[in-house]
Amino acid sequence: MKRLLLDKLLEARRGKLETVLVTNIESGQQCLVIDGKADGDFKPDAELFAAIRKALRDDRSGLYEDRWFLQVFNPPLRLVLVGAVHIAQALAPLAQMTGYDVVLIDPRKAWATEERFPGIRCVDSWPDEAMSDLALDRRTAVVTLTHDPKLDDPALLAAIKSPVFYIGALGSTRTHAKRLTRLRAEGASEEALARIQGPVGLSIGAKSPAEIAVSVMAQITQVLRAAPPLTPGDTA
Amino acid sequence: MIEADVLATATNWQDQGHKVALATVVATWGSSPRPVGSQLAVDETGRMVGSVSGGCIEGAVVHEARQIMEGAPPKLLTFGVTDEDAWSVGLACGGTVKVFVESLV
Repeated sequence: MKRLLLDKLLEARRGKLETVLVTNIESGQQCLVIDGKADGDFKPDAELFAAIRKALRDDRSGLYEDRWFLQVFNPPLRLVLVGAVHIAQALAPLAQMTGYDVVLIDPRKAWATEERFPGIRCVDSWPDEAMSDLALDRRTAVVTLTHDPKLDDPALLAAIKSPVFYIGALGSTRTHAKRLTRLRAEGASEEALARIQGPVGLSIGAKSPAEIAVSVMAQITQVLRAAPPLTPGDTA
Repeated sequence: MIEADVLATATNWQDQGHKVALATVVATWGSSPRPVGSQLAVDETGRMVGSVSGGCIEGAVVHEARQIMEGAPPKLLTFGVTDEDAWSVGLACGGTVKVFVESLV
């Protein structure tokens, strides 16, 4: 491996960029693909690029066509929760179990406590401020849970301006319609608003906070893996 | 991540003037103790960081790595089960693993 390439790889990792190192295991030639841009001994063709994108999405290193080794260096998955509410108490540990770094934002200091959220990173500044500090990226999901426009709306406006892969907002269909009207008034485009999953989660008839957490985590997984929705009669 | 630590250590060793080779698990079949993408860096003094197995093949990998850091071309090594008895009693090294070895230049 050329040192120049390795230095670029380490720099990309520090910057939390999606990175794949492609090695031709017959010739030893290598190429680094950082955020979709190739750099190195060769340029991947369209088929190889498709395999690189799939490896990134699956978060899985492996051989392609027995000749190319695709080594995935993905930044960690992250879930940003807005609202230290009851559902967050179920969703935060579930997300951790699923492999996410969880950040919980709630300026109400009585809510986001270590006692209610053991082992979860809590941020007590306002959501828009907190989220600009978090450098939202494509490996991040954002879920708002407060029901309070003062807290949820700024978080959603920050999320739709970022490349996060998932945005969800808790609330009924009616609540969500009102929310969209408010966000439109703030200048959000229809395309941006369509990225918000509302009501949040897969429709599994969830009632309790833990069940709602399961439905949200299931939907985040579905979007992350770009899996088609199951239709009745399919088995998972 | 462990992989990044291996790579960062490899650059440190090279900065100190050492020759460094990198070994990477590129494929596994059956039982294998380290997943695809696992890496080992080794220098000419025999220093190692990271791993490509539970210790069963490191010796052979380091042997090849020394020749490669001295200028031999990169090489794909394949290690497989040779002892069916070992497999049947469930030893961790009963699988097959392919390891790509290259020098840091």
